[in-house]
Amino acid sequence: MEPTISFFSGFTPNDLLFLGEAALRTLWISVLSISIGTVLGVFFGWILFEGKWAAALTVAPVLDIFRSVPLIIQLVLFYNFAPIVGLNLDPFASGVVILTIYTAALVANVARGGIEAVGTPMRRAARSLGMSYWQDLRHVVLPIGGRAVFPAWVGVALGVMKDSALVSVLGYVELLKASQILITRTQEPFLILSIAGAFYFALSYPISRYAASLEKRWAQ
Amino acid sequence: MIQIRDLHKYFGTLHVLKGIDLDVDKGEVLSVIGASGSGKSTLLYCINGLEPIQQGSVEVDGTDVHAKGTDINKLRQQLGMVFQQWNSFPHLTALENVALAPKIVKGKSKAEAREIAAQQLKHVGLGEKLDVYPSALSGGQQQRLAIARALAMEPEYMLFDEATSALDPELVGEVLETMRMLAEEGMTMICVTHEMGFARDVSDRVAFFHQGVMEEIGPPAQIFGDAQSEHTRKFLANVR
Ligand SMILES: Nc1ncnc2c1ncn2[C@@H]1O[C@H](COP(=O)(O)OP(=O)(O)OP(=O)(O)O)[C@@H](O)[C@H]1O
Ligand SMILES: [Mg+2]
Repeated sequence: MEPTISFFSGFTPNDLLFLGEAALRTLWISVLSISIGTVLGVFFGWILFEGKWAAALTVAPVLDIFRSVPLIIQLVLFYNFAPIVGLNLDPFASGVVILTIYTAALVANVARGGIEAVGTPMRRAARSLGMSYWQDLRHVVLPIGGRAVFPAWVGVALGVMKDSALVSVLGYVELLKASQILITRTQEPFLILSIAGAFYFALSYPISRYAASLEKRWAQ
Repeated sequence: MIQIRDLHKYFGTLHVLKGIDLDVDKGEVLSVIGASGSGKSTLLYCINGLEPIQQGSVEVDGTDVHAKGTDINKLRQQLGMVFQQWNSFPHLTALENVALAPKIVKGKSKAEAREIAAQQLKHVGLGEKLDVYPSALSGGQQQRLAIARALAMEPEYMLFDEATSALDPELVGEVLETMRMLAEEGMTMICVTHEMGFARDVSDRVAFFHQGVMEEIGPPAQIFGDAQSEHTRKFLANVR
């Protein structure tokens, strides 16, 4: 009798659940990419710092490419060309691979900045106490440099979480893709995008709060 | 004892140390003076292996600092160093600053390391500041913290590179006082300094460096009263 009503107000509590699940997938793909990408990025940052011209000729340009080519192009290219070299990855795995490399490329510069922030005099003081190169790196450079660039790293992490929405172009149903599906069905873009936005906010707000409290504790 | 023989140091093509011969005996306090750029800091860095050398040798208690097989990290435990900039580890309390190296380098237990640290901090007059972060310490206190940090490794020698130059004038005294105390306790010290009063009163010998050459070395009375070298006399006339 009233087909229009069922068509336009199709948003049900179930759909909220659907969005919630999608938000968890956003969280999962982000956490995975950011953690692995950060470890790799710190390693690359160290290479950039120590490698001098050798690194400037090899690692640096590769990282530059991943940093400057738009993520959506990287995703589509990788997803479509990986099978040619025998890599059959599903959208999720492809997304993780590209987001991880992208994170690593961004974190590498942050990490190099962190090492530079510590400075030669501080490191000489550490070495003069008998610390080895690795002890200096672990007990002096990591905590001091890490704190110096922590805000920049949080920025990268939050950015990657938002950018993970682009994995939707491969068909992975994360938060943005889920919203599009619901919008097509319910024709309620305003409502659904608001809810999706709220989910993104709910994912990143605790992170920025926690980061801010950490920074405050370190500042004393 | 520290034995330096025909030491040459270059930075690229810049010849910074031009054949230094110098012996420092156990228990001796040597002050090193000279104009900016004369190679005083570089000499200290060559002694504890923070800078490589191009010719000659440095031996500490018979161990060649720059030989390939030398365990430099082990050797540096014998050579405490205090820098112009105090370089406190900002993320650690005073106690943790001092306890870190005994713990990770010497493998002391946490309790032992903290014990040593507390003792050394009391020694330099910071017994009240154990749990304070460096940002809450004055420059003079941070420099004394740096001295305690070096002493906690129980070194045989202490190298001071203008330990008071970066301090506000009113804070210089407390650091010199600490250095004087170490000298009285019999510590072997090489002090690069611009504090002529300290060099005269505390040191057994004073070395004057001029453009990478050790122009003159002798007891304070000789250097300050009866300098043989024209350059020494000129330098002293200008700083006084
Ligand atoms: N890492 C470096 N690279 C290139 N040149 C250097 C380096 N360190 C020092 N020099 C140069 O070596 C010379 C000696 O420097 P050094 O720091 O030993 O002098 P100094 O006697 O300690 O002077 P100051 O009283 O200013 O501390 C200077 O000309 C300086 O510019
Ligand atoms: Mg100097």
